[in-house]
Amino acid sequence: MTMPDEEPVWLDDAAGPVVRPYAVTGGRAKPANSFNVVAIVLSTRSAPPSEVGIAPEQAKIIHLCQRPLALAEVAAHLSLPLGTIRVLLDGLIAQGFVQVNEPRQAATLPDDSVFEALINGLRQL
Amino acid sequence: MDYVNSERTGQATLPTAIKILIAGGFGVGKTTLVGSVSETKPLRTEEVLSEQGVGVDDISGVEAKSTTTVAMDFGRITISEELVLYLFGTPGQDRFWFVWDELTIGALGAVVLADTRRLADCFPSVDYFERAKLPFIVAVNCFENARQYSLDEVRLALDLDPDVPVMLCDARQRQSSKEVLVALIEHVKRQGMTRRPEPVGH
Repeated sequence: MTMPDEEPVWLDDAAGPVVRPYAVTGGRAKPANSFNVVAIVLSTRSAPPSEVGIAPEQAKIIHLCQRPLALAEVAAHLSLPLGTIRVLLDGLIAQGFVQVNEPRQAATLPDDSVFEALINGLRQL
Repeated sequence: MDYVNSERTGQATLPTAIKILIAGGFGVGKTTLVGSVSETKPLRTEEVLSEQGVGVDDISGVEAKSTTTVAMDFGRITISEELVLYLFGTPGQDRFWFVWDELTIGALGAVVLADTRRLADCFPSVDYFERAKLPFIVAVNCFENARQYSLDEVRLALDLDPDVPVMLCDARQRQSSKEVLVALIEHVKRQGMTRRPEPVGH
């Protein structure tokens, strides 16, 4: 509001590097989904396929998610931004290679058994 | 191109993911806490925002938007095959509220880490979670050369609701970090009984 028109706001170094994350998504910039960072990704096929239309990064996701992993873990293991993983998942879901389960929403609290399991589990760590 | 569920391996029950946010000012020990209690060292993930996402003036008509990367550290605690707890450190800069909004969706609750030498640094976190109506507790991370304040003094300084727990912790210590998480979960459970008396029945 107090900023004069001729003074655009630039982001500083702390904002992080300028990156081009969509180089691996075939130019698609916007995912069709908005999966939660803890949405659980699980491959529904056992072997990494060699089908046409699967990017190397998508094959990596299939391989990685033979056991259930959260979206953020997939992103961290592949060193790709969350948004890029969401775009890659769109293609994998459309072709039936993975299933993704969203976490429960905040409005529906877990039942008491979940609370107890969490508390007991933490105490036993 | 028909891959219709040909190899779907039964209906494997996927684990339930529970997400807890670890917030607080820069350098207060968020990643330290995540690391001390997680089963692996903290992982890092990034969200890329266009300028529109970070509150910069409208630049409609400009085709080449620059992007900003926001890094988040997180950890995992496997409670059981059915239950996995994820701890997410929130990015510190105020201009990344967009990412906070995204992280808050589906979160069980939050821990606001405080440093009594720079108590004001956690005001934005407290304010944010109050407005978001996300249950939170305040954990005062005890730095060695910091003057000790009573928990009541901290509560007063932060203008907390009386039912918000305030506790001391040492984010470097696994046991202490566990106690913080347990305190938060017990708080969320209590909140659920008092404020949300009508859970979904199925």
